[in-house]
Amino acid sequence: MDAVYLLFILLLSIFVGFELIQKVPATLHTPLMSGANAISGITVVGALALAGSDNMADYSTYLGAFAVFLATINVVGGYLVTDRMLAMFKKKH
Amino acid sequence: MIETNTTDLIINFSYVLAAALFIFGLKLLGHPSSARKGNLLSAVAMLIAIVVTMFDNNIVSFQVIAIAMLAGSVLGVLAARIVAMTAMPEMVSLLNGIGGLASLFVAWATVAGNNEISAFTMIVTFLALLIGGVTFSGSLIAWAKLSERITGRSVTFTGQAVFNSLLVLTIIFTAYLFVAQPTMLRGLNIDFNLVLYVAIGLALLFGIMLVLPIGGADMPVVISLLNSYSGLAACAAGFALHNNILIVAGSLVGASGIILTNIMCKAMNRSLTNVLFSGFMPVTKTDMVIEGEVKPLSAEDAYYVLEAAQSVVVIPGYGMAVAQAQHAMKELQQLLEENGAEVAYAIHPVAGRMPGHMNVLLAEADVSYEQLFEMDEINKRIQNFDVAMVIGANDVVNPAAREMKGSPIYGMPVINADLAKNVFVLKRGMASGFAGIDNPLFFKPNCRMIFGDAKETLGSMIRQFSD
Repeated sequence: MDAVYLLFILLLSIFVGFELIQKVPATLHTPLMSGANAISGITVVGALALAGSDNMADYSTYLGAFAVFLATINVVGGYLVTDRMLAMFKKKH
Repeated sequence: MIETNTTDLIINFSYVLAAALFIFGLKLLGHPSSARKGNLLSAVAMLIAIVVTMFDNNIVSFQVIAIAMLAGSVLGVLAARIVAMTAMPEMVSLLNGIGGLASLFVAWATVAGNNEISAFTMIVTFLALLIGGVTFSGSLIAWAKLSERITGRSVTFTGQAVFNSLLVLTIIFTAYLFVAQPTMLRGLNIDFNLVLYVAIGLALLFGIMLVLPIGGADMPVVISLLNSYSGLAACAAGFALHNNILIVAGSLVGASGIILTNIMCKAMNRSLTNVLFSGFMPVTKTDMVIEGEVKPLSAEDAYYVLEAAQSVVVIPGYGMAVAQAQHAMKELQQLLEENGAEVAYAIHPVAGRMPGHMNVLLAEADVSYEQLFEMDEINKRIQNFDVAMVIGANDVVNPAAREMKGSPIYGMPVINADLAKNVFVLKRGMASGFAGIDNPLFFKPNCRMIFGDAKETLGSMIRQFSD
């Protein structure tokens, strides 16, 4: 049953995603990509539980910690660089 | 997974809030004036998700986490600060790759610390491993191509198609072993870790083989596709961990990448399969000969035409990024406007090396986004422009796409620069475009070629205006 419930979430979010992204104008496609990239850093949430547990084999904790490290680069780097780009988009003064 | 303990409830409620903020953030990205706020909302959502996850009862040691997050943040800040706007395609490729690798490690850690896993979880874990690995190595190759550490051209070898087919079959077989463990592996006396390492190796190899045959001008498609994969990898990891927010956020990214991939393919009038596999096909040579001669013009003479022009449309391409000519163009734009001319920019969807590449460069040079027009808008009124200035673009203004049946790019939507009253093409030399085809635009009677570095050419026009 779990699998079905997760598939439901997947299906609905893909539809929401399609609706939302279709409305993003071409001029913002690069920031959209880097912003989406930052969002894909959400893996950090999954990695945290793996890195912080001590009831698993030691080396899987380190694998989890490395995943936390990588995903954090994605999150921090992605959001900052997107903000840097978006700050440049200006109207005519 | 759905336990009724309070902490889990709070965590999952916060995930719902985070998901709503992600969605709202993406919605605000629909307009340049609200986009920055949208990005901020999305970052807040991420922060909420990360902070509440820390309350998870399974997390007992924070030491390793703190070190990992600190190190990741430092690297992230540095990368975001240092990167030049012209290097944005490389940066996005690298970030895609890192995201993929993170998902690979999450999947690895999931199977490494746990022996009692259902078949469904094994399937999605394998998917996370595979997509994550492909995204990582594929993005590295894309990054190397974009930063010219390896050749940007398509790399092929004999037997590549056979090799790739075998590779896919091996991956499927490995997936079977991976999921069917442990009973089967025990029977065959194979260690599960061996299967795991082989699977990771195959995924990495597959990513390399996928991107190697793709040439530079097709990079916008590849980056979009890898962007999508990095989301799908997170999604698969979410399935493996039964984590809702991973699935929601991952599929939003996946959808975004797929849409961009589709837009890029349409703009090149090619299918995704064609883009991914065209490297294997023989180069199409047309025997069509274009009659006429090119007429060179000096920047000084071009100035007199520009001075008299009432309206100018600028069509930038990857060459503008290479020459770093966006700032000089903005300077010339101001002079033209002071001189009473209207200046517009026409941006082809696949101009540059990633979606929206030209827009970011022009934004960096302080060009208002209201002066940037999409291909369809400008094509409607291109014949009214006195001058079309093509800067470092070639295939996206090639009229062969419109008028030469049998040309490899016939049918591709292009900006009809040749219909403007005068066309100036700023170009290094007479090399043909990436697609390797001659451009009949250069031979049109209303077209003049201004050879040389685009930045210097624009510079000498600016000097003329100032005198």
